[in-house]
Amino acid sequence: MATVDVDLPHVKDEDPHHHGPAKGLGRWLYTTNHKDIGSMYLIFSLCMFMIGGTMALIIRAELFQPGLQLVEPNFFNQMTTMHGLIMVFGAVMPAFVGLANWMIPMQVGAPDMALPRMNNWSFWILPFAFLILLSSLFMPGGAPNFGWTFYAPLSTTYAPESVTFFIFGVHIMGASSIMGAINIIATILNMRAPGMTLLKMPLFVWTWLITAFLLIAVMPVLAGVVTMMLMDIHFGTSFFNAAGGGDPVLFQHVFWFFGHPEVYIMILPAFGIISEIIPTFARKRLFGYASMVYAVASIALLSFVVWAHHMFTVGMPLVGEVFFMFATMLIAVPTGVKVFNWVATMFRGSLTFETPMLFALAFVVLFTIGGFSGLMLAIAPADFQYHDTYFVVAHFHYVLVPGAIFSIMAATYYWLPKWTGHQLNETMGKIHFWLSFVGVNITFFPMHFVGLAGMPRRIPDYALQFADFNSMASVGAFIFGFSQLVFIYNVIQNVRVGEKATAQVWEGAQGLEWTLPSPAPYHTFSTPPEVK
Amino acid sequence: MSGSTYYVPEQSKWPILASVALGLLAYGAAMTITSMTADRDSIGPWILGSGFLVLFYVIFGWFKDQIREEAEGLHSEQLDRSYRQGMLWFIFSEVMFFAAFFGALFYVRTFSVPWIGGEGAKGVTNMLWEGFSATWPLLQTPDMKQFPGADAVIDPWHLPLVNTALLITSSVTITFAHHALKEQKRQALEAWLAATIVLAVVFLYFQAVEYHEAYTELGLTLNSGIYGATFFMLTGFHGFHVMLGTTMIFVMLMRCFDGAFSPEKHFAFEAVAWYWHFVDVVWVGLFIFVYIL
Repeated sequence: MATVDVDLPHVKDEDPHHHGPAKGLGRWLYTTNHKDIGSMYLIFSLCMFMIGGTMALIIRAELFQPGLQLVEPNFFNQMTTMHGLIMVFGAVMPAFVGLANWMIPMQVGAPDMALPRMNNWSFWILPFAFLILLSSLFMPGGAPNFGWTFYAPLSTTYAPESVTFFIFGVHIMGASSIMGAINIIATILNMRAPGMTLLKMPLFVWTWLITAFLLIAVMPVLAGVVTMMLMDIHFGTSFFNAAGGGDPVLFQHVFWFFGHPEVYIMILPAFGIISEIIPTFARKRLFGYASMVYAVASIALLSFVVWAHHMFTVGMPLVGEVFFMFATMLIAVPTGVKVFNWVATMFRGSLTFETPMLFALAFVVLFTIGGFSGLMLAIAPADFQYHDTYFVVAHFHYVLVPGAIFSIMAATYYWLPKWTGHQLNETMGKIHFWLSFVGVNITFFPMHFVGLAGMPRRIPDYALQFADFNSMASVGAFIFGFSQLVFIYNVIQNVRVGEKATAQVWEGAQGLEWTLPSPAPYHTFSTPPEVK
Repeated sequence: MSGSTYYVPEQSKWPILASVALGLLAYGAAMTITSMTADRDSIGPWILGSGFLVLFYVIFGWFKDQIREEAEGLHSEQLDRSYRQGMLWFIFSEVMFFAAFFGALFYVRTFSVPWIGGEGAKGVTNMLWEGFSATWPLLQTPDMKQFPGADAVIDPWHLPLVNTALLITSSVTITFAHHALKEQKRQALEAWLAATIVLAVVFLYFQAVEYHEAYTELGLTLNSGIYGATFFMLTGFHGFHVMLGTTMIFVMLMRCFDGAFSPEKHFAFEAVAWYWHFVDVVWVGLFIFVYIL
């Protein structure tokens, strides 16, 4: 980010328009405050992370040994499905929106989000949507069991009754995402402090601007595809039924037109976070700021023309396979630019390794591993071997867990002192980091090997030769899962006690949010700060 | 702008109530439809109904607060810009919703239907229903027992053509209304708005006539294969948007009678007009790609 000199704003709460937090439950139900709403998003996301994580541990416990020990196959399928849906829509996305709520107004010099009441609405839809989704576990026939990608006809002709609840749940969580995204775009485009030109914005703001655009573009397509499912199931249409002239593959096309931009929705804000943290702890400006912005924009644009690389084996014309293969491999170029810039930022910097930096470094290395396995999957002829194996599971968990999730943890550790006003407990942070780092790799690295050897994904039982690697992965999963209790303990302790944090918190931190006192006042900027 | 203070709206009970409404609507709709298909009774319709009640309560209350705060002069220029950007992005999201259904239409026409008919790169799928040949509109479905095709499709040059003329005219009349508003011609404003509503209602009536004809005379139904599916979903969602737009224009007319809107400040009116133009553009797409081609 370009250097930002700031006239210290008049940070005060006495303005007649401004109200302090209301008392009791009403504060949280009626709030229009971006910090309150950001906190609610983050807490909600943490709850979902624990629920989704518990499901993952059920999966890993069953897979610890070959054979069926703990759960019925149908319940196993419900677990894989719900784990995916909850982690994607309930944990990762709301966490990023929560971070956006907290940080974007502070980083662009705004008092709050552009549309504060709609902000409240976007958040409070989520608990209802997930209540509906989770309640399906207790319905006759059980919860959705067709995988988080809910391919037709598994999700139409052969679906349990609860699929209709799933469809309407997706509808309202989509509405929540769209409103959240509109709010973020309006805040960034309309609420920047005078002098904060687009190319002076912190990269977290840039990546969220582009992510919000992706959300508005593809969440309606998700709404469209679940609506087609609803019609096929209940009203006699034949969108995904070839007997009426439709095509089950049509489902996959529409779903992945949403789904591929969706995976970038879950990683672009992470790129932004890492681009904030590395310069701080390298005590250098970010290398290649402008190229970072263009790289994110190109990744976003390319994400609209690569969707069918998820469907190489489904029976596409050759020209389609070739097009989607090369378009996908093209994405490696801007992604490579980003990784290069992060490394170049650290080159000859005065590095220190506080907890946020450790997570950021792990992100760079492990996300790159996930990126490379993605490149392998992009090669259409080779994908016929990898498709629907644990290699795919290893790939997307590498980009989502040490990718997206690690970046969320890095961001939490990085900005927590600004939120709570207390310095971090570094010892606890480092214990959490090393347990997570080791746990993640023990869990997901062996999956590459069993995948390449042919173990299919989404099965409760497997052939004997996969046993050793699977038990290893299960041990890793429990290490990773339980080490998150350290994280929760650390965060709660930080909210309650801790050394008083300074305004700048980290020695090398740059940007508007660090000009504010810690904890940041309830209303951030009552008058716009001047950015030079 | 430096030195001016920001305006932050105060707390409100409407968003949380709106979330309750959406929760009730989603759960109620799911329960109603599930029990309907399974042919059993449930309390779904009651939940759905209560969802609608809460929703209407929220819509009335929230807009009332909004109008009051605007009248008190609380809305800054900056907030006005946020509203405009918000509305434009909302319309963009609607465009993408329709894009999903247009995409489905193009995909089945260009790829999957010819493939089942034995043409093109994946023509091998014809072995599923040997003897099936692809045509568009698809009147003969591969499996006529499960999806009895239609006898004929709607003739674009009768009612749809009239409807096209109606909607395009209504886009013009609402623009006239907007100009009248800016020139302080209140009577012309009300007259043009009323004319827009009349055109919209006649459009909806013709749409209903067309649906009736499709179901009773042409055998064109949701169940008549992919042509019927895409036809009814596209025109149906469009018709739903016309209904919503008409209601919005009606509310604008009522507010005009109330003396609302000044030549300078009338964002609500403009938002409705934008929405109406969007609905109009979608129809032109429908007329070309669903009815004519």
